[in-house]
Amino acid sequence: MPEFLQFAFSGLTVGAVYALVALGFTLIYNASDVINFAQGEFVMLGGMATVFLGLAGVPLPLAACLAIVATVAVGLALHRFAIEPARGAGAVVLIIITIGASIFLRGAAQVVFDKRFHSLPPWIGGDAIRVGGATILPQSLVVLGGVVVIVVLLWAFIERTLIGKAMVATAANELAARLVGIDTRRIVGLSFAISAAIGAVAGILITPITLTSYDVGTLLALKGFAAAMLGGIGSAVGAVVGGLLLGLLEAFAAGYVSSQYKDAVAFLVILIVLLAIPRGLFGRASVERV
Amino acid sequence: MPAYAKTVAAAIALWIAGATGQASAQVKVGAVLSITGPASFLGDPEKKTLEIYVDDINAKGGVNGQKLQLVAYDDGADANAARTFATRLVEEDKVVAMVGGTTTGATLAMIPLFEEAQIPFISLAGAIQIIEPVRKWVFKTPHTDKMACEKIFADLKQRNLTTVALISGTDAFGKSMRDQCVAVAPKAGITVAHEEAYGPRDSDMTPQLTNIKGKTGVQAVINPGFGQGPAIVTRNYRQLGITLPFYQSHGVASKQFIDLAGPAADGVRLPAAALLVAEKLPDSDPQKPVVVAYTRTYQQKTGQPISTFGGHAYDGLMIFVEAAKRAGSFDKAKVRDEIEKTKNFIGTGGVVNMSPTDHLGLDLSAFRMLEIKGGDWTLVQ
Repeated sequence: MPEFLQFAFSGLTVGAVYALVALGFTLIYNASDVINFAQGEFVMLGGMATVFLGLAGVPLPLAACLAIVATVAVGLALHRFAIEPARGAGAVVLIIITIGASIFLRGAAQVVFDKRFHSLPPWIGGDAIRVGGATILPQSLVVLGGVVVIVVLLWAFIERTLIGKAMVATAANELAARLVGIDTRRIVGLSFAISAAIGAVAGILITPITLTSYDVGTLLALKGFAAAMLGGIGSAVGAVVGGLLLGLLEAFAAGYVSSQYKDAVAFLVILIVLLAIPRGLFGRASVERV
Repeated sequence: MPAYAKTVAAAIALWIAGATGQASAQVKVGAVLSITGPASFLGDPEKKTLEIYVDDINAKGGVNGQKLQLVAYDDGADANAARTFATRLVEEDKVVAMVGGTTTGATLAMIPLFEEAQIPFISLAGAIQIIEPVRKWVFKTPHTDKMACEKIFADLKQRNLTTVALISGTDAFGKSMRDQCVAVAPKAGITVAHEEAYGPRDSDMTPQLTNIKGKTGVQAVINPGFGQGPAIVTRNYRQLGITLPFYQSHGVASKQFIDLAGPAADGVRLPAAALLVAEKLPDSDPQKPVVVAYTRTYQQKTGQPISTFGGHAYDGLMIFVEAAKRAGSFDKAKVRDEIEKTKNFIGTGGVVNMSPTDHLGLDLSAFRMLEIKGGDWTLVQ
C-alpha cells in the first residue's frame, strides 16, 4: 500500500507539471486554432528569467513577477512579428511558424542565459510530508494548487467575461466574429499574452522540482501537448485531467510494469484513448464549433 | 566595368596570398567540438581550454620554432556534422593533428577519416570503444566508464558491500556506463540484484526508487547518469528516506551537481578526476601542481568554474605538444610514434603511460573516490 501511494504521489507531481504546460496550449488554441509549440519555451523563459534575475540580486518574488512580464512581452512579440504577418495562412502554416519560434527562442536563451542547469528554492520548506508510509514534497502541493487557481481563473475569464466570449467567438468563426465587431487581431494577441503568462507561471512553479535549462521546453511541450490531446484540446478541465492522467500512467507504469518502458506504456494508452475518442476525454464535438 | 573587375580580381588575389602566407607560418591543430547543442557543457570548456593554452604556448615561443593555430569547428553534437568538419580539417585546413571529438558518436564517425589520412587523433570522448580495439592513429584522454565502475566496486569491497541496485539514465552515457558496470560486476565480486531506468528529462524518480527500497538484500545503490537526472534521483532518494550508501558516477562530477541536488547530496560518493579536488590533494601528490595550475588559469581567464571536460582537452593538447617536441618536427608519423611512447605524463586526468596496446594510458589511480560533505567534496582515504 505505501508503494501504491508513493506511485500516486509521484504521478500527481509529474502530472501537475504536465497539466500546467497543457493549460498553456488551451487558450491560444481556443482563440486561433493554432497549437503553439513555443509554449514549452514560455515555461523555460519563466523559470530561467527568474533564476537569472535572482542571481543578479533581485528578490525572488520580484524576479518572478519580472520574469512573467518579460515572458508576456516575448509572447506578444511572437504574435506581432511571426503570427500576425502570416495572417490568413492556414493553421498548419501557423503551427510550423510556432515550431520555428520555439527553435529560435531556445537558441536565443543559450546566448542570453547559459547552457547549464539551474534550480530555484522551493516556496515552502523542503522537508517531505509523510502520508501513510509515502512522501510528497510541499512544492508538489504548490504546483497542484497553482493548477487549480489557473483553471478557475481561466474558466471565469472565458465563460464570465465579454473578452473571453469574444475569444471563443473568434475561434469559432473569425470572419463572423469580425462582422459582429470583435477586433480579432487583438483577441489573438491577447491569447498569446495570457498563454505566455500561464507558461511563465508554470516555469516558476515547477523549476524547484524539475530544474530548468535553456532546452527544457521541448520535452515539456511534447508531454504537455500529449496531455492536452488526451484531455481534449481546448478544454481547460481536459488539460488538467489529461496532465494528471499522463503523470499517473507514467508513474504506475514505472512502478508496476517496467521503468524502461514507462513512456511507451503511457503513450500506448493515449493512442488507445484517442482511437476510441478522437476528440479527447473532454473535447468538444466538432459539430459544436460550426 | 573592366576596371572594376580588375580591382576585384586583384583584391581577391591579395586576399588569397595573404591567407596562404599567414598559414604557412603556423602549424594547424584541428578540433571538432560540440560547442553548442546538448553536449555543449562538455564542448564549451574544451574549446575555451584549447584557446587559452594554444595562445599560452604561442606566447612562450610556440613548438619547434613554429606557432600553433587552432582550427575549431562546432558539430552541435551531431555526428554527421562532425564528419563533414573532419573532412574539411583533413582536406582544406591540412591539420597536423586533431584534438577533439567531444562525444563518442562524433569521435567514432571521424575515426575512419583520420585513420585513412594518417593524422594523429586524440579524442576527448568517454567510451572505451574508441581505443578498443587499438587503432594506429587514435588516442584518447578521458578515463572510461569501465574504470569508473571498477573504482566504485573497489570502494564497495572496502566497505564489505557486495549486493547493489542500479538506477540508470536512458541517455547514451547512462546506458554505456550501466552496460560496463553490469559487465565488470562479476569479476569484481559484486552482484547486481535489481535494475531500474529513467528518461534523461524525467522530473520524478520516486517510483523506481520505491521499488529499489522494497528489494531485500540490496546494500548500496549506483546511479549511472548524466545531466540533471542524477540530481533529481538524489533528491528523491532523500525524500524517500533511503539510508543505503549511494554512488553517483563521474558524469556528474561538477559543482553544479551539488548546487542542484542541494543538501540531499550529502553523503553521496562518486569517482572523479583529481582536478575537482585540486586544492585538497596532499602536497605529495604528483598531480597537484598540474591540476592547481590548470584550475587557476582556467578560472582566471574564463571566470567559470572548472570541469573535468576542459581538463581532458588540456591533456590532449599537451600530450600532442610534448610528442611534437620529442619528435623535433611536425611529421605526422613521427608525432604519432611519440604520442604512443608517452610515459609519466602528468595531466589533469591522471598519470599517462601509453603503449602500443594502450592508447589511453590511465589506471584506476586516476580516479579519486569523493564524498560530498556539507556542500563540498572530500577525499575518501
